[in-house]
Amino acid sequence: MNHPVAEAAKDDSTYAAEEEARGLAPHRVGEVVMEVRNITLRFGGVTAIRDISFDIREGEIRAIIGPNGAGKSSMLNVINGFYHPQEGEIWFRGARRRGMRPHQIARQGIARTFQNIALFKGMTTLDNIMTGRLTKMKRGLVWQALWAGPAEAEEIRHREAVEKIIDFLEIQHIRKTPVGRLPYGLQKRVELGRALAAEPKLLLLDEPMAGMNVEEKEDMCRFILDVNDEFGTTIVLIEHDMGVVMDIADRVVVLDYGAKIADGTPDEVRTNQNVIDAYLGVPHE
Amino acid sequence: MIRQEIPAPREDEMTVADPQGLANAETFPALLIANARERGQRPASREKEFGIWQSWTWQEVHDEARALALGLVALGMQPGDRMAIIGSNRPRLYWSIVACQMAGGVPVPVYQDAVAEEMAFILDHCEARFALAEDQEQVDKVLSIQERLPTITHILYEDPRGLRNYDHSTLHDYAEVQKLGRAAEAEQGPAMDARIARMQGSDTCVMLYTSGTTGKPKGVVLSHDNILITARAAAEFDGLTEQDSMLAYLPLAWVGDFIFSMGQAYVCGFCVACPESADTMHADLRELGPTYFFAPPRIFESLLTMVTIRMEDAGAIKRWLFARFMAHAKAMEAKRRAGSPLTGWENFLTRLGEILVYGPLKNVLGMTRVRVAYTAGEAIGPDLFAFYRSIGVPMKQLYGQTEASVFITQHPDDAVDPETVGVPTPGVEIQIREGGEVFYRSPGVFVEYYKNPAGTRETKDEEGWVATGDAGFFDERTGQLRILDRAKDVGKLADGKLFAPKYLENKLKFFPNILEAVVFGHERDRCMAMVNIDLSAVGNWAERNNIAYGSYQELSQHPRVLEMIEEHVRDTNRSLAEDPMLSHCQIARFLVLHKELDADDGELTRTRKVRRRFISEKFEDLVTALYSDMGEITTETEVTYEDGRKGAIRATLKIRDAETFPPAHARPTADRAA
Repeated sequence: MNHPVAEAAKDDSTYAAEEEARGLAPHRVGEVVMEVRNITLRFGGVTAIRDISFDIREGEIRAIIGPNGAGKSSMLNVINGFYHPQEGEIWFRGARRRGMRPHQIARQGIARTFQNIALFKGMTTLDNIMTGRLTKMKRGLVWQALWAGPAEAEEIRHREAVEKIIDFLEIQHIRKTPVGRLPYGLQKRVELGRALAAEPKLLLLDEPMAGMNVEEKEDMCRFILDVNDEFGTTIVLIEHDMGVVMDIADRVVVLDYGAKIADGTPDEVRTNQNVIDAYLGVPHE
Repeated sequence: MIRQEIPAPREDEMTVADPQGLANAETFPALLIANARERGQRPASREKEFGIWQSWTWQEVHDEARALALGLVALGMQPGDRMAIIGSNRPRLYWSIVACQMAGGVPVPVYQDAVAEEMAFILDHCEARFALAEDQEQVDKVLSIQERLPTITHILYEDPRGLRNYDHSTLHDYAEVQKLGRAAEAEQGPAMDARIARMQGSDTCVMLYTSGTTGKPKGVVLSHDNILITARAAAEFDGLTEQDSMLAYLPLAWVGDFIFSMGQAYVCGFCVACPESADTMHADLRELGPTYFFAPPRIFESLLTMVTIRMEDAGAIKRWLFARFMAHAKAMEAKRRAGSPLTGWENFLTRLGEILVYGPLKNVLGMTRVRVAYTAGEAIGPDLFAFYRSIGVPMKQLYGQTEASVFITQHPDDAVDPETVGVPTPGVEIQIREGGEVFYRSPGVFVEYYKNPAGTRETKDEEGWVATGDAGFFDERTGQLRILDRAKDVGKLADGKLFAPKYLENKLKFFPNILEAVVFGHERDRCMAMVNIDLSAVGNWAERNNIAYGSYQELSQHPRVLEMIEEHVRDTNRSLAEDPMLSHCQIARFLVLHKELDADDGELTRTRKVRRRFISEKFEDLVTALYSDMGEITTETEVTYEDGRKGAIRATLKIRDAETFPPAHARPTADRAA
């Protein structure tokens, strides 16, 4: 961005002060919404995550990075209730979570996208995003099957919400296209759309930019920032592309071999010796 | 919302010369008021948003535009201030054009895909004080060049997304400006009414920058008279009414869009719809079914390609039906053009075809209701033209320029010839001067190039005649204008006869297998051609015919490919022989080039136009060989790779003679033509 104010964002505090001086509300990060305490996850004899703790604050973009096999996706699966850690606690909105199924967690307002796109290939973009509204549907099977009266009214309401997401993500032209026919970058966008349809409080993105070209990455960055900005959604994001992470994240957690090696703002993480070693390797004695 | 009371005209005013009436309104603001009064409840704008078509009546458009205009005045717009409008086809951007005029300003639409550098030139040149940008992307672009634009004081945006945390000291939300305007109604309203009443047809209406293939863009100043008189004449010519409708999908900054979606829409009162996004144009077209449609040839071509591809995937019965009825349609179109009546059986088949093929096809293309369809901008292939006409889309050509407020000539409904561009639009005079260059004079002739009196004088003489830069002549058979080529490209054969290379090259390029062609003949006794095959088309053909090839070079010299190209050249020659003006330009010999002409090698311009002189120097050995009687030539050519490195390719090229035909018009008629 070439915006003078945005340039000032290199230094967060000056940025906020400057914005306040101009009568704007600077991007504020609120209190802790989720806390991960001493999580350890094992698959048989393999320890995927070892004693990891960090927190996620309201309204921030929190990145989890690390080399291959560092345990990033496992961490996301723990947060989203797909894996149950052997040790440790997860606190969400002041309550400790115990033994919940993923759909219960979805009801709590946590939505996610997947590293290897998990859409319904034969269904259209519109229908795929509509499935994201599932947790919001109130009418039962019978009403839905009859598709009349209150069920119809409800459907129209949900369709409206979905159309707003389609407009937001600029995918009007593929509204009626089966997603299996779409290029990879667009499928990723549809998946983000489906996650947004659940109106999440906390959005988990697993490598939203993997395999994209520069232009698609830039688009995706803009959408993530806009989601954060317009809806105030808290975002946890796993990403390989360091440039992207450093640009858009407020705080970064770095994992390596299942352990946390750094946690802080992008600038702090960038200069951390452990992180440099993990990414560039260390000479063996 | 302001419901500005529009005074109903007294009865005696309605009869003869109501200066504020629809037929007489001289300016866009006056026309908008008249439209709101006389067809206030009819739809004026449509846009698909959230998957549903939203519409606004003339009354609503008037209220929206007025609110914005008052808001602009409240922000400090002074009479004569320029406002740049940057964005895609959105109703609010169209309204802003007339709102700017109401506030006394001059709208300057800018191509939204212009890079920041280009935009900086235009905004600086027109000394814009206001800029209306569609969204964050365009706002960022304007902000990035703002330092170089000291005149810019206010930037408005239509879509607030992503702009929440921007510095709002000079940035304004469109809706907020309208709010400001509604609040200022009582204070500023009467002054604005007085200003609108004072406006005259000779006032500046809009400034449009021509893209300019050479040098910097020029700002063409057009008055309300230019636009509205031309729009009225052309609308009357085609019988457009308020019942018509169109889809506005071409760039706002292009004069054609301005005259169709603003000029003719305001004059006739028809509804202009905007697509949901640039990518949904085809789907939107199909949903709307407009009655008035304009597209450059490449759009018609891409639509046809889409149909062809889908037909190839269709079942055997459908394919058979399509082939059978398209052949019938083509034959009937030829018959109609020749003026012979159809037999009863032929009529029956045509009607059956309408039910089985043509009707559904038009529906898929979104052209079921099209009453008037135009193409312009470049030469259109006769096959493409005939395809649309044969399925019942009344396609016509027009010839125009920014400097003429578009219309110079257009086809009348009953005399359409793909070779010509039609008869002069009512009010336009045409002269063919020395060297065959076409000159015109019309009410639409532009006022001036902004801040460029020398350029103005060069283009427009004291009597108001404007040089088109195109060479052409009136066709004897139809009395319509035919455009041959850019005047500076037209040459002469050694015997002094006319030589129009681009015309010949286009004729060759209409064959899908030929990607590019370069024709030589200036100051020579015969015409020769170099041809580039189209790798995708010819490659596809080779695959279907089991022809193996290792490289582009090998494919280009394959005997069967050469045969195919020879056939195309022969067909070209055959049709040239029919042409009284150009029968002497038949191609005597040709070769197929071993490399694709490329802008990186300097053989094409960045807009893919052939640089003839450069090519004749670079491939001098080939040209010499063409004009000798050699059957083949070995050559070495330097090429530039994508990364800038240079290499050389060596090849032996076959040169073939092409069959030529005796001119169809014997001596006596050919004399007349010369």
